[in-house]
Amino acid sequence: MPRLTSGRRHTVRFTLNGRPVSGEAEPRMLLTDFLRHVIGATGTHVGCEHGVCGACTVRIDGALARSCLTLAVQAEGADVRTVEGLAGADDTLSPLQEAFRQNFGLQCGFCTPGILMSLDALLQETPDASEEEIREHLSGHLCRCTGYGPIVRAAVAAARSLREGSHA
Amino acid sequence: MKPAPFDYLKADSLSEAAEALAEAGEDGRVIAGGQSLMPMLNMRLAKPSLLVDIMGVDELGRIAEEKDTIRIGAGVRQAKLQAWDGLSRHLPLVAAALPWVGHAQTRSRGTVCGSVAHADPSAELPLVLTALKGGIVLRARRRTRTVSASDFFLGMMATDLKPGEMIESVSFPKAAPSTGYAFREIGRRHGDFAIVACAAVVDASEARLAVGGVADRPMVRTLPLPVSGDFDDALNEFAWALNARDDLHASARYRRELVRRLGRQSLEEAARCRA
Ligand code: FES
Ligand code: FES
Repeated sequence: MPRLTSGRRHTVRFTLNGRPVSGEAEPRMLLTDFLRHVIGATGTHVGCEHGVCGACTVRIDGALARSCLTLAVQAEGADVRTVEGLAGADDTLSPLQEAFRQNFGLQCGFCTPGILMSLDALLQETPDASEEEIREHLSGHLCRCTGYGPIVRAAVAAARSLREGSHA
Repeated sequence: MKPAPFDYLKADSLSEAAEALAEAGEDGRVIAGGQSLMPMLNMRLAKPSLLVDIMGVDELGRIAEEKDTIRIGAGVRQAKLQAWDGLSRHLPLVAAALPWVGHAQTRSRGTVCGSVAHADPSAELPLVLTALKGGIVLRARRRTRTVSASDFFLGMMATDLKPGEMIESVSFPKAAPSTGYAFREIGRRHGDFAIVACAAVVDASEARLAVGGVADRPMVRTLPLPVSGDFDDALNEFAWALNARDDLHASARYRRELVRRLGRQSLEEAARCRA
């Protein structure tokens, strides 16, 4: 690949929640800023901007990633998924989102997009995740409001409803 | 904060990466998983003029089983190693330490070699590499050299990596027969950097303890077996020799106490695994 020079903008293309997107970015632009300011997808939040809080967590080619620790140019050609992709086509909440709503899994909502992406990935890979596994997985996120209890309850409820297939 | 400007090159081959790094010298940095370098860039603690992305280089993405070692390429993510089916058989100590490396959300991106290159004194992977007497292959444009872990880590985030060089791979010696391994760590939260981490290796002739989080790099010492009478004194002396300091997270005294306790526990566990 050719060298992308600093101070210039370069075209970046990838798939965002199943749809092709493109925009211009300097090499130093973070994926968080590209998503929010260039594409206008503001569902992904930015807390600490150095990989600690987890608010910016997205999936890149299936794997969880801190988008504040990813350059926009590194997402070239990738399959990127963000919180905007969780709800169904007609805006029906996903079982995980619904469980957050039922269990008061969010207060201010700042941490929520990242936590939803993380738990969505966990429950996909480990549908029978135990409460302990859920707690360990949540250690990669900070929430200043809930005290985590309601988030854990929501995740446990979502795992149950996914297993029982009560949400088709 | 946002990174200062840099050029970005996604290398297609190892030679292209080595060439670009040689040209850039001190101003060039390798980016792999980005879990250590990106925070440094965002906080402008590092301001390279060129980033060479090596994640597109296929040959660096391999875990290779060799006669006595397991070689891990610079592009291998921690999650990939954690999921490798030979891990617990060949590298039980690494298997025990990996769940302590960051969080699932960072292991999915961060590489094994990247953590070694970053050389944080409390990081787990440099610690187990040192405990196992592993090696690091450093690649420059026209030269490749191998350095032992004990020579590679020089101090707080300081290594023997020269400008223009990059880590090509690290190699961990395979688990030896009738040798026991154990890992213990105490941190503020799961996934945080260690306040004290201990990696123990016990075989028929010696007990080796490596300690992270206390000195400016992983420190290793051969100790008598935990059953022997002079064990406590030797361990205590090691704990003092690490020159623990007070900081925000823990006092020096607490750290020494953790070295004594986790050191004993991990060596005892390793000795039990051996039996
Ligand atoms: S904003 Fe990315 S981890 Fe905090
Ligand atoms: S709901 Fe406010 S930070 Fe989590």
